[in-house]
Amino acid sequence: MDDVLDEAVMTLTINGEARSFSGLSDLAALVLSLGLDPRKVAVERNLEIVPRSAYGATALSDGDRIEIVHFIGGG
Amino acid sequence: MDGTTHTQAQDDTWTVAGRTFTSRLIIGTGKYKDYAENAAAAEAAGAEIVTVALRRVNLSDPSQQMLVDYVKPDRFTYLPNTAGCFTGEEAVRTLRLAREAGGWDLVKLEVLSDPKLLYPDMEETLRALKMLISEGFQVMVYCTDDPVYARKLEDAGACAVMPLAAPIGSGMGILNKVNIGLIIEQAKVPVLVDAGLGTASDAAIAMEMGCDAVLMNTAISDARDPILMASAMKHAVIAGRQAFLAGRMPRRVYGDPSSPQSGLI
Repeated sequence: MDDVLDEAVMTLTINGEARSFSGLSDLAALVLSLGLDPRKVAVERNLEIVPRSAYGATALSDGDRIEIVHFIGGG
Repeated sequence: MDGTTHTQAQDDTWTVAGRTFTSRLIIGTGKYKDYAENAAAAEAAGAEIVTVALRRVNLSDPSQQMLVDYVKPDRFTYLPNTAGCFTGEEAVRTLRLAREAGGWDLVKLEVLSDPKLLYPDMEETLRALKMLISEGFQVMVYCTDDPVYARKLEDAGACAVMPLAAPIGSGMGILNKVNIGLIIEQAKVPVLVDAGLGTASDAAIAMEMGCDAVLMNTAISDARDPILMASAMKHAVIAGRQAFLAGRMPRRVYGDPSSPQSGLI
């Protein structure tokens, strides 16, 4: 059973773009798999802010809508 | 000049939301050729605060330049803005994320209306301000040069009011000095002239009028030499502030000779 779950493909909508993943344990794993530095971004999961300290404890579910933002130049 | 006056100019600081700053020039971080030029301009301006925007990361190129690597948050106080937000809900959502990204609660609220004029929607701005205050944010508010709305924002808990000199990016300088003067006169929180300044004399005029600081982006980023203009703005703001503190001479209709009239040969 566990193997089946690990291999399960999960579709997430990240910054408005549908992406498929398999074997993602939590939000921390997602941020790392996207090549992002967790200290430089903020994350919203299904419109709720996820504190940086909680990435490792935040499980992801198929269909989750994730926003990952950072500071850019602006006036 | 006696020592007291000199000391006053040296120790001249301003405070917003409990944070004290020496520089009275806040600069935006948009429109620069690249972040390196932006960082050089921030240094040349002597800025202590920079405004920043919050946007989605580029997932297709996570290795692209990041603002925090050039204009470093340990050197400059980031003032996250709500540029691009047209409703209170959008502003609150953006600044909640900014607070998580940066870990601070000092923010710039701007809720615009018409995308062509970039004029603030004051009714929505006031509503958004109340939502942000209830969530514990310290809010510096971009607003029209309307003294009535400036007071409403202050009464609602704004930690600074920031009336426009002219529309964002227009470079026309202060269009309504009377209104800016009225806002400065009545306000008990810092007043910053934000947006619409075009060149150094515009910044000096704002400071001579007694505002606490100025905020600009395009006047520096769109100059032919942004870094030189940043330096010009730094000096203009200092000159304008010192002229305000020094107290200008009265205006006279007729001439008043500078050389003694007695002892003429």
